[in-house]
Amino acid sequence: MEALATHRLLIDVPGRADGRPLDLRLAPGERWGVLGPNGAGKTTLLHTLAGLRPPRSGEVHLEGRALSGWRRRELARRLGVVFQERHDDFPATVRETALIGRHPFLSPWQQEGPEDHARAEAALARLDLSHLAERELATLSGGERQRVSLATVLTQAPAVWLADEPTNHLDLHHQVAVMGLLAEQAEAGGAVMMCLHDLNLAARWCSHLLLLYPDGEACWGSAEAMLAPAALERLYGQPLTTAWVDGAPVFVPRR
Amino acid sequence: MSGARALLARPAPLAWLALAALLSLALSLALGSVAIAPGELMRVLLGEGEALHQTLVLELRLPRSLAAFGTGALLALAGALMQVLLRNPLADPYVLGLSGGASVAALVAMLTGLGAALVGGAAFAGALTSTLIVFGLAHGTGSWTPTRLLLTGVVMAAGWGAVITFLLAVSPVERLPGMLYWLMGDLAYAGSPWPVLAVAALALVVVLPLGRTLNVLARGGLQAAALGVSVRPLEWTLYLLASLLTAVAVTTAGSIGFVGLMVPHMLRLRLGNDQRRLLPASLLAGGILLTLADTLARTLIAPQQLPVGVITALLGVPSFLYLLYRSR
Repeated sequence: MEALATHRLLIDVPGRADGRPLDLRLAPGERWGVLGPNGAGKTTLLHTLAGLRPPRSGEVHLEGRALSGWRRRELARRLGVVFQERHDDFPATVRETALIGRHPFLSPWQQEGPEDHARAEAALARLDLSHLAERELATLSGGERQRVSLATVLTQAPAVWLADEPTNHLDLHHQVAVMGLLAEQAEAGGAVMMCLHDLNLAARWCSHLLLLYPDGEACWGSAEAMLAPAALERLYGQPLTTAWVDGAPVFVPRR
Repeated sequence: MSGARALLARPAPLAWLALAALLSLALSLALGSVAIAPGELMRVLLGEGEALHQTLVLELRLPRSLAAFGTGALLALAGALMQVLLRNPLADPYVLGLSGGASVAALVAMLTGLGAALVGGAAFAGALTSTLIVFGLAHGTGSWTPTRLLLTGVVMAAGWGAVITFLLAVSPVERLPGMLYWLMGDLAYAGSPWPVLAVAALALVVVLPLGRTLNVLARGGLQAAALGVSVRPLEWTLYLLASLLTAVAVTTAGSIGFVGLMVPHMLRLRLGNDQRRLLPASLLAGGILLTLADTLARTLIAPQQLPVGVITALLGVPSFLYLLYRSR
């Protein structure tokens, strides 16, 4: 059975026509990339899939059950979100921030135990953050903060990952490391969907792609099928040159 | 691990605060028109000592000290909750117009010559009315954000401020001192301390199990929802609870500003933002601050008394600014 599925889903982007309803099927092991220009609704789609905002119409099903039939806590044990925006209004350390990923697994009176701490420490180590564990969030660079967000979801260890531009602010090495981490999650039986701006990361790491057009049109399928230069040029309104490196296409915007 | 053990796992700051709370209460019992030595104070509390001292401590000073402690505890806890609710370290019930609504209702009650008990009741009703207006208007046609709630509250508070000034301007001169005292807070008419203490204890029982959930909510509504928090019901709970705490505090001692804003913020600079520690710490520190402030208010220029709100501001502003300056 698919991990996450949509049935005739229309996301609610204010002031936009309905466009094409989405019938997506995310199976365990798949890595989906969502591509589209600014304002196409990538973030809105991700939030709708996570049940954080209502769709205009249609349904999202997790493990075959509509999101409305899940309790929030139960949902959070299976589905994790890496947000693009974050609100660090109050002081908190890197370690505390990773540890909140265990929140859905703990009862109100329960204190984080050794196992919860071990998971958080492992997640921090996996994202090269162990040496920053005691640091305040406010003192981190953008890329470090981004990795902390990923560490929180890694601590949460969901079966479905919804990541909004997970490589934002990251240097080249950490971009590859994070894509590797997401691929690893998929190999271990997870389903991953990520919004990406970098076509080449998408071409390199995604098994499936969803192209979202600004007018609400959409198409989706296997990555090989979707990486047609003509479709991508229409998506971004930007002429592209295609090169081949290690048997994979590399897209370079033309001047 | 149980919640109680969770507190015991990091006991130091809370233990120190509890000790300081006892000391501040003892100090407030010992000081006054007649100073009582520590040894005599112990004897009085054990049911011995001079009869005069017995009356002074047990019947006059103890109820007032406990009322001050309870009121401060409520205000600080309400402030801490409002700050998480609005994801804004500068929020407190006063900023949100709650005390303004209470003050207007209380002043109207005083003007119409109602007794002290009815003034208290009017303040309570005024605070809750203001709560409902702010929450109802901020809710609007569906979009409800912390920023919008904060803005609605600030504007309501400004409106209440204008009404208060109007009421003071048209009031007979002989009523003005009482009204001003009420506006700056005064524990002289606090009455029985048990309502505030009971509400403070109950509130602590309600919020302690919410501690970790509030930590997650402080990271933003979406992040909290993604981690399994039912955000909207939790926000209603916080708002109603904080409003209730403020209303009870205002009813007991008038409108005392600053405690709800300052105490949680000062503690956050020292203890971090883990609500499981910050909330009980706020409760204790708020109680300590107001107990000491009230002791000063009735001893500084004795036999005259000062409004306690003046003291909380005079004590609080410099120490707050110092801590803020010292922090990164």
